[in-house]
Amino acid sequence: MLIIMTSKCDECPVKSKCSKKNPDLKKENKEWFYSKEVKQHFFKPKNLLVEEPKDFSGVGEVGSPACGDVMKLWIWVEKDRIKKCKWQTFGCASAIASTSMLSVMVTENGGMKLEDALKLRAKDILDRLGGLPVIKIHCSVLGDQALRAAIKDYKSNKKP
Amino acid sequence: MSGIYLDYCAGTYVDPRVKKAMDKYFTEEFANPNSFHGMGLEANKAVVKSREKMAKILGAKSTELVFTGCGTESCNMAIKGVAFEYRKTNSKGGHIITSNIEHHAILDACRWLEGQGFELTILKSDKYGLIKAEQVKKAIRKDTILVTIMYANNEIGTVNPVREIGKVCRERKVTFHTDACQAGLLELNVEKLKVDLMTLNASKIYGPKGIGLLYVRTGVKLTPLFHGGGQEYGLRSGTLNVPGIVGFAKALELIYKEGGKEAKRLTKLRDYLITDVLKNVPRSYLNGHSTKRLPKNANFTILDIEGESLLLRLNEEGIFCSTGSACTSAQLEPSHVILAIGISKQAAHGTIRFTLGKSTTKKDIDKLLKLLPKTVEDLRKISPVRLKSPWR
Repeated sequence: MLIIMTSKCDECPVKSKCSKKNPDLKKENKEWFYSKEVKQHFFKPKNLLVEEPKDFSGVGEVGSPACGDVMKLWIWVEKDRIKKCKWQTFGCASAIASTSMLSVMVTENGGMKLEDALKLRAKDILDRLGGLPVIKIHCSVLGDQALRAAIKDYKSNKKP
Repeated sequence: MSGIYLDYCAGTYVDPRVKKAMDKYFTEEFANPNSFHGMGLEANKAVVKSREKMAKILGAKSTELVFTGCGTESCNMAIKGVAFEYRKTNSKGGHIITSNIEHHAILDACRWLEGQGFELTILKSDKYGLIKAEQVKKAIRKDTILVTIMYANNEIGTVNPVREIGKVCRERKVTFHTDACQAGLLELNVEKLKVDLMTLNASKIYGPKGIGLLYVRTGVKLTPLFHGGGQEYGLRSGTLNVPGIVGFAKALELIYKEGGKEAKRLTKLRDYLITDVLKNVPRSYLNGHSTKRLPKNANFTILDIEGESLLLRLNEEGIFCSTGSACTSAQLEPSHVILAIGISKQAAHGTIRFTLGKSTTKKDIDKLLKLLPKTVEDLRKISPVRLKSPWR
């Protein structure tokens, strides 16, 4: 633990990490098991599949119940952009939050271009989630695999 | 932190009467009981008194109780102590019998000894987590030096027939150790149980953390794990945790006096919880034996959802429990006990454990029972998995 002996908070080199100056930081880092973003997406997941999906462009499923993680992702594509994305996940808080965050990332700003979506990696999901414990990173890795599987499915269904 | 604590198998609060008994040994009678002066003598008196009190309750002699730092240490001391003692006069061989539902403190110590040249038999439990005396009898060989079978399982609550196993080991003259950390509300008299070594842990019986006990029958020789000042008959060197010892003795005294009534109360609450969950949460299954189980333990497999997410959703509502899911373990493997009773790897991730305690009321259970079905339903809506059964 680093102790800075200064009474002038403005001059303190670590003021951005100081929980005295940023009370939210204290809460964020110590009061829950994961980041604020993970918590939000876990308790209020976005784009969850609620009814039988119709007219979707592609679907991808990765993982296995034996491993403790299964992600299923449906995408609706228009003019090479992902316009809509729905999903279901069997897994822990990180897994559920990762899929939810992924669904937001691919549909925001009018929808991600397929060529960009194929470049999306686990690290991108991780960064948006504010990080995950090392042992949980594999949960976010499944997300981008499910997306690529869904895009592959779409391309194989597409009329030439 | 307020909420409903249902994780008593993991740890209990310190009973206020225990805390009161410990207090003066932190600040007034704080001397090292081995010190050769008046204050040391006072501290030593407290240790002697505590030891005598515990020995009487356990049906043992004072000289047969060794204080350690925790249950894990006692287990390691027992198993490795017997093994290393055997090695002194036998350069190889030595057979150890244990079971597949033991705590890691036992299993990992046994596996390590296997790596050191000992032979290991791991008995398989049945679908309730029970080990039968007959299995132990069949497994004992001429070179068997130790049998170690858990009294009551911390995860699924199943209570093993320790008396019968003790009888078999006595007849065959094999040293028998039992991990009794969770058995506070059960019979603990060492004569009745016919155990040679027994592990207890204060933190599971409303005593403080950081103090354990190993009962060592007269005549059982152990090689100590620690070298040092020679405390505890040379078996466990180290400054004695006087407040811990006093607290442990008080905790054991209380559970001995009040345990019978508490066991009845908890059994009733537990069965109420189990009946309701099995009725109102579709596709839920009880893990462990329905009657040969700890009064406080209720462990379920709930299909199609994952344990950590259930845990965190309940946590958000102020209900604190535990899971056998891989996601909450450091190794990312589901509970070996859940797998041992025949639950599939797929279903093992969806286990949840509720363990009750002295402060648990029917109101607490009712709150859980109100929340659980809806929480499971919400998580099932999120999940694409539909398993046919919990079994392999």
